[in-house]
Amino acid sequence: MAKEKEQKPPMPPLTAWVPAVALGWLIPGGGHFLLKRNGRGTLLLVSIASMFLCGLMMQGAMFQPQTGDLLTTLINTGGFIGDVCSGILFLASQWFGYNVPDMAGHVHDYGTKFLVTAGLLNILAMVDVYEIAAGRKD
Amino acid sequence: MPKMNLSHFEAAFLFALFTSVVLGVVTKKTDRDRLHYGVYTFVCFLLALFGIGWAMYLGHG
Repeated sequence: MAKEKEQKPPMPPLTAWVPAVALGWLIPGGGHFLLKRNGRGTLLLVSIASMFLCGLMMQGAMFQPQTGDLLTTLINTGGFIGDVCSGILFLASQWFGYNVPDMAGHVHDYGTKFLVTAGLLNILAMVDVYEIAAGRKD
Repeated sequence: MPKMNLSHFEAAFLFALFTSVVLGVVTKKTDRDRLHYGVYTFVCFLLALFGIGWAMYLGHG
């Protein structure tokens, strides 16, 4: 019995999606603006930037990449990647010298999670931009 | 930078709101579906918030 293989859609040319995805990383929602999805870009920009700013105002801690046992590496390196994915928001916070140590307290803890989650949500936005630029989604 | 001092509920509510908006925007293909999914996700977050909150309260004794 012949088993049909699923055909993967061809990879779109780099020039079609790299600028939009790169702009989407730098400015949350920026890739959507580049692709003329202004309404969705605005919602993404407002949501992600608000989440990041709330994280800053709650004095959340930024992760630093660390190695060691598996859990330490996973949490700190993964958290750092999450922070970096916020793009210009992360870069600006570093340029302005934001450096809050990890403190006890539920507000600081929520702040740390807000900062990481803003970056993770921006990754989702970047995937959405890629799919739009590749013609797989409207 | 002004400081924010939120309760657990306020922080979780804001988290649910922002996350639901993004999930709604990036997940579905039509505006109607996006709105429905965003609201659905937000309601699920709130149900989990109250459900787990009460479970912890009752479990704590």
